[in-house]
Amino acid sequence: MQAKGSRGAPSLRAVPFLFLVAALLGLLPLLHSHGLQSNPMMASEPPHHYPAIISGSEPGVITAAPLDVSQEIRPLPNHSSPGHAKYRKAFPVLGIDYTHVRIPFEISLWILLACLMKLGFHVIPSVSSIVPESCLLIVVGLLVGGLIKGVGESPPILKSDIFFLFLLPPIILDAGYFLPLRQFTENLGTILIFAVVGTLWNAFFLGGLMYAVCQISGTGLNDIGLLANLLFGSIISAVDPVAVLAVFEEIHINELLHILVFGESLLNDAVTVVLYHLFEEFANFEQVTVTDIILGFLSFFVVSLGGVFVGVIYGVIAAFTSRFTSHIRVIEPLFVFLYSYMAYLSAELFHLSGIMALIASGVVMRPYVEANISHKSHTTIKYFLKMWSSVSETLIFIFLGVSTVAGRHYWNWTFIISTLIFCLIARVLGVLGLTWFINKFRIVKLTPKDQFIIAYGGLRGAIAFSLGYLLDYEHFGMRDMFLTAIITVIFFTVFVQGMTIRPLVDLLAVKKKQETKRSINEEIHTQFLDHLLTGIEDICGHYGHHHWKDKLNRFNKKYVKKCLIAGERSKEPQLIAFYHKMEMKQAIELVESGGLGKIPSAISTVSMQNINPKTLPVKRILPALSKDKEEEIRKILRNNLQKTRQRLRSYNRHTLVADPYEEAWNQMLLRRQKARQLEQKINNYLTVPAHKLDSPTMSRARIGSDPLAYEPKSDSGNLPIITVDPASPQSPESVDLVNEELKGMSCLPPSPEEDEEGLVMRVKDPSSPGTDDVFTPGASDSPSNQRIMRCLSDPGPQPEPEEGEPFIPKGK
Amino acid sequence: MGSAHSVPEEIQELADKTGFTLEQIEHLHRRFKQISGDQQTIRKESFDRIPDLEFNPIRSKIVHAFFDKRNLRQASDGLAEEINFEDFLTIMSYFRPMEMNMDEEQLDHFRKEKLKFLFHMYDSDNDGKITLQEYRKVVEELLSRNPHLEKESARSIADGAMMEAASICVGQMEPDQVYEGITFEDFLKMWQGIDIDTKMHVRFLNMEPIAHCH
Repeated sequence: MQAKGSRGAPSLRAVPFLFLVAALLGLLPLLHSHGLQSNPMMASEPPHHYPAIISGSEPGVITAAPLDVSQEIRPLPNHSSPGHAKYRKAFPVLGIDYTHVRIPFEISLWILLACLMKLGFHVIPSVSSIVPESCLLIVVGLLVGGLIKGVGESPPILKSDIFFLFLLPPIILDAGYFLPLRQFTENLGTILIFAVVGTLWNAFFLGGLMYAVCQISGTGLNDIGLLANLLFGSIISAVDPVAVLAVFEEIHINELLHILVFGESLLNDAVTVVLYHLFEEFANFEQVTVTDIILGFLSFFVVSLGGVFVGVIYGVIAAFTSRFTSHIRVIEPLFVFLYSYMAYLSAELFHLSGIMALIASGVVMRPYVEANISHKSHTTIKYFLKMWSSVSETLIFIFLGVSTVAGRHYWNWTFIISTLIFCLIARVLGVLGLTWFINKFRIVKLTPKDQFIIAYGGLRGAIAFSLGYLLDYEHFGMRDMFLTAIITVIFFTVFVQGMTIRPLVDLLAVKKKQETKRSINEEIHTQFLDHLLTGIEDICGHYGHHHWKDKLNRFNKKYVKKCLIAGERSKEPQLIAFYHKMEMKQAIELVESGGLGKIPSAISTVSMQNINPKTLPVKRILPALSKDKEEEIRKILRNNLQKTRQRLRSYNRHTLVADPYEEAWNQMLLRRQKARQLEQKINNYLTVPAHKLDSPTMSRARIGSDPLAYEPKSDSGNLPIITVDPASPQSPESVDLVNEELKGMSCLPPSPEEDEEGLVMRVKDPSSPGTDDVFTPGASDSPSNQRIMRCLSDPGPQPEPEEGEPFIPKGK
Repeated sequence: MGSAHSVPEEIQELADKTGFTLEQIEHLHRRFKQISGDQQTIRKESFDRIPDLEFNPIRSKIVHAFFDKRNLRQASDGLAEEINFEDFLTIMSYFRPMEMNMDEEQLDHFRKEKLKFLFHMYDSDNDGKITLQEYRKVVEELLSRNPHLEKESARSIADGAMMEAASICVGQMEPDQVYEGITFEDFLKMWQGIDIDTKMHVRFLNMEPIAHCH
């Protein structure tokens, strides 16, 4: 770590160095205090118990339980509670009671260390572009572990309980909740074959060969039996989701390969769990009968399907619960986390596959929960999941490093080298053999390049380590050697493969992931294609993938959605739902980037006016509005403006929570100052008649209500200017008629008062007929659009006279 | 032509033309006969015999595509009255999966063919552009299965998509500039994000004759 720090120091990048130093400094009090504390403990306990209890006692994260014990043993000396005051000479004005805060304190320190490390790596791009983060974190772990050891303490070990109960679930939930379902289901067959057959093959191939190696005399391994070897094989054969995620997310490989490797790493959990428990049990048996093997085979189905079943149940319950949360938005995200966690724990309770349960619950609940909860809650869920999972991941890698230093090792060259070699051979053979088989059935074949990446991407990680750590000495005296071998394999895969995979991907020119954001066009095309393929399948009479998917969709729409989704949205077709989501996202993005808007981009925005509706002659007809119409519109605008203002005045925490847009609005208020400056500039543009573009009102209306206004392009995302308050003299109002229908494009010159409020949300004109041109406020007035923009629409009466001033029809 | 399927050379010829294997052709022919009711040709009404198709929101577009002369590799455009087995195979061949041994050029051609087919489905008046009207129609149809559909939302989605298309394909536009519609080049651009060659295919083998179709 020091080396890294000094590398960063000379340049501008002293910052990461500071972080590292800070992190180290942070650890010092911990070490120090711990040193203070373990001495009395050693004295009070028989020495031979010490290693067992305290082996991991350094940071509280690792061994919460033993610490509790130690605290209870010795509360007296340090307790300065009033009850003990009589022993003291004076009331302690300032006392130290480290034991009181120790566990949370140390946990926080470790997490802080993890976060600072992560932060540090991202500040030094040159390092993280070559070495994957996971490697760096392991190195940090090694250094920290060495440091702790150097101070004379025993560093903590990644305890299996902590790992499986606290560190792993967030990562898996994150993966499951955001699983790219489409690719996953399209490749489910392939993934399952890799996950099940591949893992079995790996386990038995490796276990068998290792047994053969152990039989060679002179290696000193003769006492390791077949079952122990098979157990070892099953532990080490599973590809690890955490490691795969960490590496694959950095190399941006195409979706197909990503989902194949990652899906395999998720689904092989069931196989690993079963094999592990099976061999662990068998190791205690005198004899293994055929019945045992059959039972073991059965238990595979129970474990995997049971896990999925548990997950689905919790997923459905979560979806159902979220149906009723519309009044208490704040706790919505919590339901998602809790139900998922419950699913995981319940599955673990019965030794079912917790990972499968988590994934199943995430996948099942997501579409319904998302339809029910507010946009804000959704963002919260997203952020929390990402945050938790990245912190867990960081901690896992750091502790892998620390545990390596801390654990006892038994290095046997023969065993470890042959493990490593057979691991690689098994993986390669397995992938080649299975793809040969799979390709017979796949329509899109896996190319040799793909096969190489799949084989090469088979990283092992902390799950294997934790499983190995779970073995007990009584039955597996060779645990230390196993652990050493496991760590070696993990390090080899994470360091060597993880570091070289990126250059290899470039070298082989493997297709990368397209970075484009999903656009509304793509969504339309994808849906169109789906229906087309379903249709073609029907026509050629083949009940294929698309046919069943279509059936399932119809069933889902007809029954399931009605039960699980509250209100209107259950009837929403997917396309519209997608559209709403996009429009919200853009609205928020727009506002977030609002203050920084570059004015030119606002001008370059393509608007509906650029689009030629075929029926019209290219030249526009712009009839002036009739007086009546104008009056009517003005009135409506006034009403709505009023409304908006009222809403802002009565703004409170609850409405904020209830309305996904409100945050955006709130921010807009904050940015008003900036916006005002922008407004000035914009007005310069706006006063040029040729630009019918963004008049302030229009811009405002766009943010609030008119989704179409948001261009996906980032540069045009700055429309926000929007935010703008109309302090300035009005820009030309345009009222524009295209077709017979009314499309008023109107600009509202704001009154001073309104200016005070700063915001005009949008205009709503229920009475106006539908319009062709969505871009105009007129369009936003149409009833259908109201629905789209329902978040903003608060019908509110009470016209205020001062606001009525404007509305200048743009006559031609 | 359709009647001559029993002659091996003819089948071989069809296979060469469309890239299907003999086995696939046989399957498809069986299906063709089911749909046509043992006739030589299929007319629009014949598709009514397929019950599953009824629920397809873009049913008319799909059926239309079968009779679109542009898709039938004929010089003229417009609609055919009826199609024979060869035409049927030609349409189906748009949905063949790509082969492992194709080189880049072939792949590119293959991809373009598929996209052309799609483009023709959107571009119903054959002017080489998907205009706003046409796009709206497509979206409306996509949403037409929904009883609560409001035309306006379909419309605004299409409009939004159109604007997006304009901004992707043209970039900056002057206010008085007019985007006529999505040309095939623009269409290609928009499909870049979707891996068409891995998506647009149907498995043709293992088809069981379906009893209720006839």
